[in-house]
Amino acid sequence: MAFRWKGDLKDHHVTDEAHWLNRRQIIGGAAGIALAGLAGRSQAAGTLEPNSWEEITSYNNYYEFGTGKEDPKAYAGALTTKPWTVTIDGLVDSPGDYALEDILSKMTVEERIYRFRCVEAWSMVVPWNGFELADLLELAGVQSGAKYVAFETLYRPEEMRGTAYPVLDWPYVEGLRLDEAVNPLTLLATGIYGKDIPNQNGAPLRLVVPWKYGFKSIKSIVRVTLTDSEPPTSWNKANPREYGFYSNVNPQVDHPRWSQATERPIGGGFFAKRQPTLMFNGYEQEVAALYDGMDLSKSF
Amino acid sequence: MVNWINSVSRRLPPWLLYMVAPLPVAWFLYLGFTGGLGVEPIRALEHKLGELGLQILLLVLAITPLRRYAGLNLLRFRRALGLVAFFYITLHLLVWLVLDVQIPAQIWADIVKRPYITIGMLAFVLMIPLALTSNNLSVRRLGKRWRKLHWLTYPAVLLGSLHFVLLTKGFQMEPLLYLGATVLLLALRLKKRSLGRLGTVGGARG
Repeated sequence: MAFRWKGDLKDHHVTDEAHWLNRRQIIGGAAGIALAGLAGRSQAAGTLEPNSWEEITSYNNYYEFGTGKEDPKAYAGALTTKPWTVTIDGLVDSPGDYALEDILSKMTVEERIYRFRCVEAWSMVVPWNGFELADLLELAGVQSGAKYVAFETLYRPEEMRGTAYPVLDWPYVEGLRLDEAVNPLTLLATGIYGKDIPNQNGAPLRLVVPWKYGFKSIKSIVRVTLTDSEPPTSWNKANPREYGFYSNVNPQVDHPRWSQATERPIGGGFFAKRQPTLMFNGYEQEVAALYDGMDLSKSF
Repeated sequence: MVNWINSVSRRLPPWLLYMVAPLPVAWFLYLGFTGGLGVEPIRALEHKLGELGLQILLLVLAITPLRRYAGLNLLRFRRALGLVAFFYITLHLLVWLVLDVQIPAQIWADIVKRPYITIGMLAFVLMIPLALTSNNLSVRRLGKRWRKLHWLTYPAVLLGSLHFVLLTKGFQMEPLLYLGATVLLLALRLKKRSLGRLGTVGGARG
């Protein structure tokens, strides 16, 4: 068993105890409820208030179903997610096709409330359900020569209307360095809010790497390959100047299209205020050491 | 059909367009406040206004070819349509400034650093003198120079559709179709000029 990530990003874990108790007391009062409402989803205060189910499931980038943010919700219903098989191959002891239910029967699914930060400079907070990628890799048995993990999204044109256009080079591929992949924060999500993950969010199995931009969190995974060399990634192939292999959330490294210094939380309506973006999306303590000695403006 | 449209349009005063123009904006705002623009109404409003502005600009560019090749005469609406387009593009810019970016320092940095924003801003700046001189007094005062000045419409629309192409991620069809339509509508003019005036004007401008 991979070493478990201990923090469970709930309010009282993130905020120091006194602050947290204080906040609970305020919320207890009627005036406090109004105040909390006005304050909105304050992440700066150290609390993570998840976005609503509606927000999380109706504003998605999943270009296999169209490039509009509403397209995935409108068209991903066409996707068949049962049965589902994940091929695990490459430098593993037990390569093969794994039925998803067989995988799930061996995994511990838990809730993880994570920040989600899109490279387009918007953000959400999502209560995922899932298991650690490290546990899946352990199941397959990673061989000593493996240095990277490559992922592939399903490519099924008859159910994915967006793939009729060459928006990206289908199928969508992504990758992580092995140490990133086995970091306890790295999750394979199977649900949101305790329900099955909807198709538009990457059913039935998607990656969640909360300290990286959202596009690294590849959806509807059908293949996991352990390799000894850096795997290609879809956005890097499409535009290497704009999308590096690492794609860590970094307010200091600008993207040619969007300043990454600030972000707008989804759900604030017309008057949503921008908030400062946190280094590694707020997971600096957990992951900064992975990049010791690297120049993140070059390895972006 | 063409004759019918021509005869109906002759009876419609162009100022009707100014009355109709704000209605979509009111509708978008209503939708935005009631959830009809989705969970991210700022981005949706910004896009809708920009796209509508570009669509109207393409219509403005289409008026001359429609008259020449289809006999459809909408010339008397051209100036009002141009102003309505400017109205939408201005609102598009305002939504970006006030609701989207919000932070003044970031606005200038974005304009300087990001090509699609630089190009979009340039297109907007080119439209300002056009909007300011879209009145009878200016037409009279400027005389021949008015036509010359309003030639800026062409680069403005071209830059506008380029702005759309550059801002989308990946290889997307929709903005390319707009760019294609713009190039086609401009090419129809080049052809006429180079044939009609032995290429001197068209060549210099092309």
